[in-house]
Amino acid sequence: MTRYDLIVIGAGPAGLSAAAEAASHGLRVAVFDENARPGGQLFKQIHKFFGSKEHKAKIRGYDIGAELLGEAESLGVKVFLNAPVVGLYAGKEVAVNLGDEGMARFKGDTVVVATGASENMVTFDGWTLPGVMGAGAAQTMMNINRVRPGDRVLMLGSGNVGLVVGFQLLQAGCELVAVVDAAPRVGGYGVHASKLARCGVPFYLSHTIIRAEGGDRVTGVVVGRTDSRWNIVPGTEKRFDADTICIAVGLSPSTRLAQMAGCEMYDPAQGGGKLPVCDELTGETSIPGIYCSGDVSGIEEASSAMIEGRMSGAAVAHRLGYMDGREFERRLEGLERSLASLREGMFAPKNRGKTFEKTDEGFDIAAGLLGNGYLSDTEALRYPGVKSLPGIHPVIECTQNIPCNPCQDACPKGCIAVGANIVSLPVVNESAKCIGCGQCVASCSGQAVFLVNEDAGGGWATITAPYEFIPLPGKGESGRALDRAGNTICESEVVDVRVSPAFDHTCLLTFRVPKSECGRARFWKRGER
Amino acid sequence: MRLADHPILGKPVHGKPVTFDFDGRQLSGFEGEPIAAALRAASVAIHRYTKKYHSPRGIFCAIGRCTDCVMVVNGRPNVRTCVTPLEDGMTVRTQYGAGARSGEEEAK
Repeated sequence: MTRYDLIVIGAGPAGLSAAAEAASHGLRVAVFDENARPGGQLFKQIHKFFGSKEHKAKIRGYDIGAELLGEAESLGVKVFLNAPVVGLYAGKEVAVNLGDEGMARFKGDTVVVATGASENMVTFDGWTLPGVMGAGAAQTMMNINRVRPGDRVLMLGSGNVGLVVGFQLLQAGCELVAVVDAAPRVGGYGVHASKLARCGVPFYLSHTIIRAEGGDRVTGVVVGRTDSRWNIVPGTEKRFDADTICIAVGLSPSTRLAQMAGCEMYDPAQGGGKLPVCDELTGETSIPGIYCSGDVSGIEEASSAMIEGRMSGAAVAHRLGYMDGREFERRLEGLERSLASLREGMFAPKNRGKTFEKTDEGFDIAAGLLGNGYLSDTEALRYPGVKSLPGIHPVIECTQNIPCNPCQDACPKGCIAVGANIVSLPVVNESAKCIGCGQCVASCSGQAVFLVNEDAGGGWATITAPYEFIPLPGKGESGRALDRAGNTICESEVVDVRVSPAFDHTCLLTFRVPKSECGRARFWKRGER
Repeated sequence: MRLADHPILGKPVHGKPVTFDFDGRQLSGFEGEPIAAALRAASVAIHRYTKKYHSPRGIFCAIGRCTDCVMVVNGRPNVRTCVTPLEDGMTVRTQYGAGARSGEEEAK
């Protein structure tokens, strides 16, 4: 039986990070993954990540995945693909199905379980029809297989997965007929919701699916409003033509291997199924030498999973004597700080299920944003990133405490301040002079930064907005300016189209509107009214 | 149905074009892509019918978890088409229950 210092189960963000960290200290590491390709779900993530520089903020998921995989491979990590682990035993042996080569057993001195999570489902009449699928399935179809999952899609779930995949559906050329959520408020980041709303996607909060229609595949979907006890209010039914329904109602940790090994489990207070009892930092389970890292130890996101993986990898290196105590403590401290900064703000794991009325700074949270998916014209004026200034200047419609600060780093002129705490709202510094370079617009993972010139001459104002659709409009092309709700305000001409490798596929579109509309126009759309 | 271009990912890089047999129809796809992707591109939505209620199933998780998309591939039933790479000349059959034949065919 082949022996490794460390066996990692799962080649996603947590597993690869654990493997790379351990291998960097000289350990012999093998990673087993059931898929044909490594990276877990990272290579499907085509959006820019949140966080700060150390968390690889503003870099797209697939680039982070490629870098991580390259690091692991260059350190000599052996990655076994098409190799599902079907057994994990307390003696740290794993049983692996190697397909035509049959079953094989491997022995690890330590094991990191990084098996991730799987999508939750809800049932309704017709939920088994072809055309009903997980949001992750739609993401796989369009971003990996490069096939549209459908033409007209309804998204159930307004958490970050629903919102992010919803936007990716638009990028793939699908029509998103609605985002529906039984909860009364948008669950994910407001900035993600706003991206959809200004493209004209309607939000139906306090609504859920009653049934999917269709004989042998989805042809329509009926939703209805829910009351405070989650029952449908009679007479509120609304039908959509749709060929696809995406379900984004959360994830469940894939804990079966940890359970099989005999790791102690507990029922978390917030529900959602059993989780392994883990050391808060290293992820070590009740079985010494077996660690759980990433979503398997509690659902978060890829950025924190990568740090958790590093922590487990470092702990393994220390345990096996490849890292002395002081070095380990220093490493762990740094990683802990990095993880703690991601776990702040209103979306932090510790705040799950809580509703906030005010930001940390004391600004009222926008009811319109939570109830409709977009800020009302007056709500937008409330925040420290939105100011009326002479000349071109950034307008930052970032209104929730989210761990993210690339806009601050992007500005070469010091116009934008987030401060040391990366969940603080960005503040536009009125005394700094904006040069209109647009770095802030391209850097914002939430696409919430605009450059506004309130008086561009001739009675016009110009808006520079991020644009991630094809085909790109040409300079001089006329179309429509839309407001935050996606309603047409007026005809609008594109006055500049900027593309740069530094913007990483985010195009900067500048369009002009009458001066009076500069506080409302936030998107440009091709075609006539 | 196929994405010829994409604002972030650009133009796709496919394997070499191949043909395969789906329930007697000749369809085309790209070598190495999941069978399910080639079927989706050809607007095939139904992968199988359940044994008891004869209800249709298609792509559901697309990552080999749920087994909703299983079909009879090269004579072998229960093949997860979302994670099985397409090969030139494959035969792919709609699955009925646990096999390749519908109830009517079995009755004969």
